Amino acid sequence: MTFAGIDPLILLASLMVASTPILLAALGELVVERSGVLNLGVEGMMIVGAISGLATAVETGSPWLGLGAAALAGAALALVFGFLTQTLLSNQVATGLALTLFGLGLAALMGQGYIGVKPPPLPWPDLSGIPVLGRLLDQFDAVVLISLALLAAVAVFLKRGRAGLVLRAVGENHDAAHGLGYRVVPIRMAAIAFGGACAGLGGAHLSLVRVPQWTEGMTAGAGWIALAIVVFAGWRPWGVLLGAYLFGGTTVLQLNLQAAGVAIPVEYLSMSPYLITILVLVIMSAGRGRTAIGAPASLGRIFHASR
Amino acid sequence: MSDLLVIDGLTKAYPGVVANDGVSLAVAPGRIHALLGENGAGKSTLVKIIYGLAAPDAGRMFMRGREYSPASPSDARRSGVAMVFQHFSLFDALTVAENVALGMEDPPPMSHLARRIRGLSEAYGLPLDPGRVVGGLSAGERQRVEIARCLIQDPDLLIMDEPTSVLTPREAESLFSTLRKLSSEGAAILYISHKLGEIRALCDGATVLRRGKVVASRDPKTTTEAELAALMVGGEPPRPGRAGRAVGAARLVIDGLAAKPLSPFGTALKDIRAEVRAGEILGVGGVAGNGQDEFFAALSGETASDPAAIRFDGAPIGRLGPNARRGLGILCAPEERLGHAAAPDMSLVENAALTGMRRENLTRRGFIDWRRARSFSDRIIERFDVRAQGSSHAARSLSGGNLQKFVIGREILQRPEALVANQPTWGVDAAAAAAIRQAILDLADRGAAILVISQDLDELLEISTRFAALNGGRLGEARAVEGLTMERIGLMMGGSRETEAERADSR
Amino acid sequence: MIALEKRPEPSSFWRWVAPIVAVALTMAAGGAMFAILGKDPTEAIRTIFWDPLFGPFAAHDRPQLLVKGGPLILIAIGLSLGFRAGVWNIGAEGQYILGAICGAAVALAFYPLDSWVVFPLSALAGGLGGWAWAMIPAILRTKFNTNEILVSLLLVYAAEQLLASASLGFLRNPDGAGFPGSRNLSRYDAAANREILEGSGIHWGVSAAFLAVPAAHALMTRHRVGFHIRVSGESPRAARFAGVDPNRLTIFCLGVSGALAGLAGFFEVAGPAGQISIDFNAGYGFTAIIVAFLGRLNPVGITLAGLLLALTYIGGEAAQATMGLPAAAIQAFQGMLLFFLLGVDVLTKYRIRPARRARA
Repeated sequence: MTFAGIDPLILLASLMVASTPILLAALGELVVERSGVLNLGVEGMMIVGAISGLATAVETGSPWLGLGAAALAGAALALVFGFLTQTLLSNQVATGLALTLFGLGLAALMGQGYIGVKPPPLPWPDLSGIPVLGRLLDQFDAVVLISLALLAAVAVFLKRGRAGLVLRAVGENHDAAHGLGYRVVPIRMAAIAFGGACAGLGGAHLSLVRVPQWTEGMTAGAGWIALAIVVFAGWRPWGVLLGAYLFGGTTVLQLNLQAAGVAIPVEYLSMSPYLITILVLVIMSAGRGRTAIGAPASLGRIFHASR
Repeated sequence: MSDLLVIDGLTKAYPGVVANDGVSLAVAPGRIHALLGENGAGKSTLVKIIYGLAAPDAGRMFMRGREYSPASPSDARRSGVAMVFQHFSLFDALTVAENVALGMEDPPPMSHLARRIRGLSEAYGLPLDPGRVVGGLSAGERQRVEIARCLIQDPDLLIMDEPTSVLTPREAESLFSTLRKLSSEGAAILYISHKLGEIRALCDGATVLRRGKVVASRDPKTTTEAELAALMVGGEPPRPGRAGRAVGAARLVIDGLAAKPLSPFGTALKDIRAEVRAGEILGVGGVAGNGQDEFFAALSGETASDPAAIRFDGAPIGRLGPNARRGLGILCAPEERLGHAAAPDMSLVENAALTGMRRENLTRRGFIDWRRARSFSDRIIERFDVRAQGSSHAARSLSGGNLQKFVIGREILQRPEALVANQPTWGVDAAAAAAIRQAILDLADRGAAILVISQDLDELLEISTRFAALNGGRLGEARAVEGLTMERIGLMMGGSRETEAERADSR
Repeated sequence: MIALEKRPEPSSFWRWVAPIVAVALTMAAGGAMFAILGKDPTEAIRTIFWDPLFGPFAAHDRPQLLVKGGPLILIAIGLSLGFRAGVWNIGAEGQYILGAICGAAVALAFYPLDSWVVFPLSALAGGLGGWAWAMIPAILRTKFNTNEILVSLLLVYAAEQLLASASLGFLRNPDGAGFPGSRNLSRYDAAANREILEGSGIHWGVSAAFLAVPAAHALMTRHRVGFHIRVSGESPRAARFAGVDPNRLTIFCLGVSGALAGLAGFFEVAGPAGQISIDFNAGYGFTAIIVAFLGRLNPVGITLAGLLLALTYIGGEAAQATMGLPAAAIQAFQGMLLFFLLGVDVLTKYRIRPARRARA
């Protein structure tokens, strides 16, 4: 079955693949923000993840090690942010920005020797034989599945588990959580590291699967869009999926339009994902307060247990 | 019966202050023991040590005869200690059941927990709906959540930190019967308060703290309130006096004021009517969260309202912003000192300029004359006896009482025609509180129209001419304070409380 | 185990010593980074920080300090107003690009008219372009409560696409044989941003920066608006109580920072850069964020910080040429600087003392 020359299943698959980096990064940031921390360094962690993953995969020949290294690099960078904001009590907005600026520079530096190098491909079984869904699954890769599994895990974790309840409590009122004896800083550090690992993994999906090679600045704002998607999602996991697909859909659509040679200049098509993200942000925030849309009450506030 | 908890010579120092200095006391099962003291006497530090939130520098504690040194609240809970905090340790966006679960060591599954909460609320007369989101509850209901969180663990020792400061008299009564029931079942209760009346009514023993030291142990049933007060303050507290002057014409008229809630869990104001006459103090009582913040913001001009809903000397001012109102002589002192009345990290000079810009002529063509601002600040410090190291120091470096004197002094020195003060003596030591009340009374004697919003009923009865209660965003009818009984006030504040409790009950 | 204890008031000593410590720590860490890259750290540090000022080519480099520092200072001054007020414009890069496009468009519209009005009109257009681009997050913030951090940043990517479109399309040099990029404005006398004093590096943009510094200083310390900005940043609720309208303040701060960034963009395109090209922007809008923080959001501090960051650009280029140090190393170095500053800054508000007992 084809639709105007495009197979809808292939289109859906490419949409899902295109949204995976953002989905991962937004999912990680969602957990971070639910713990009450605003980390604006997603872009920096993603791009460091992208180059770490690629370099490791190239050097070891194993794309799996590449994915692991990307997650570790993202988490390591996130922990620098965590140390500054949680231990040294620095301003989260400024520190997150610093993380992005530093990450972009560091990634460019690490990427010196890898420009144009192809990573080893991530193995994926031939599933095209499966009826109907085969055409969809055939387009997938391991990271797409990892991201969906993580999404389900985070959703269950936040909704059901004791640990998820504690995490939400810390994000909602860190003073009260401290008063009840919960260790605010370690809990937030864990959330921050998880967010970094997700962002790193998202970056690696770009450099190992989607592109797949290294170019400077290859994340092109994906980290910022991920931040916007967390707001769009109202801090709920399944909303993140919707937001990521919306973005993925826009990207795939504009790429298809570019390929089809539509009379709109390429630059304006390339601009569209950013503008649509802004539009969605406006619609979500219009006329509503912070808590009404589900933002954790302690988000971005500095926690210091003085007495 | 032997003591449950024995505290022996606890000392805890913070930089610049010894919060607890060799404190000893004992609490026995089945008894309600009061810990009395002014703000800053060291009560909170002591309970934090008992609850494992702070570690003492010296001294020991014994629980059931064995050494007790909790490293965390978790440890304390395992030893059978539970605590109801003064500032609620609740999570607004979570449900009642989730809030209870967070206070437990080993919570059962949610559905099971909900059943237990229901059972508990019946047994102790604490109507609660486990599924409701806490942010939408009244102060009284929130406290029930805190208490339920403690009771569900069958504590041997229950610590209550200033529990009635947010309750109506009737809610306080029902709290007392819950506590009496608990203590009759054998629990020990450590009850912290500075309200002498309720301590005499409720407690079997009392330890009085002053500046970190135990100054006396008394049986509250046989000690007079005056004696307890003198022990707490360390001398006779000064009583504010009033010269007494005839009340004049209505100046500040509130006529059908409505306002939206300031925060997601705030209270909307509905059709508020009141008038404040020259030379009188209108006291507005009510439990926190009944629209006080919204009412204050509407009066100060931080939120705009219908122009005619607020009139001053006949002119509609509802639309005017804070500075335009200051121009007319309507000055305000918010409840929150740090972060609303004053910017914490800014100097006293800058904080003086914060509201004094207009009436003290501190600007020339938009440029600020800092010399004049400094002399204004110096004048406040001198006239209101603010203990500060100088005008250049940050507002945050002042003690609560001194900063509050600065804030009130800043407004009063600007010669207000009308003054609106929210909780003017909240968290302030007795001497500063007396000074502030006296300043407000003097201002009234000079003919200003004054509106004081407070949750401290004693304070309102002491200084106001008339009293009205704010309840669920509505203001009741104002009555002359003279001849007003506590029972009557309780009824005025009660309002729709009853129905709310019934509503929760019927679910 | 150590514990942090809040100071009764911020330490003015650490306020100004923290940036110096941060620079020293960054040099040490940067040296380590250079060593890992296989470069001699002392030589790298000398090449970056010493030679441009006192080395054999200092006569050429010193004016460059002003040429590069000018736009950084101009943008950072604007940003600092917002940052002081808690209004986070992090899209100065986009406003800078829009300023360049609008300014160049107006200048090129007059081409080849030779009149003195061209330059001031183009500069005005540049400022307005940056202002208009900043008004997008400002209006979305005030009307719809949309987060200005994300909007201003996302608009940078949109601005980069516009820049590509300008240099490939509507501003492309018709005599440029199809190459991307506009006419060279620095060779169009009426629009060129010339040096005011030959050989000093001081062009109109640099002098605008040096005008902005005392103006911002007076605004922040003496004027009511500056006072309102500071109160809003310290304590938004106290600001509202003092009668500050947060929406007007947001529009003011974003407007000023956008206009200054736009001006900087125009001065750059009409001077040192010369033409609109696809990668004409050099990240000044982002580096200016570092400048603003390193300068303690204070105009005088920003001047010093702007010159220091300009030094890393010039020295970085020199190290690239003579030692083969990658350009990205400088970017990482600048990011590190902000990290260290934010870390050391803890000493401004807190005292560090040994804890009696470890406790989270």
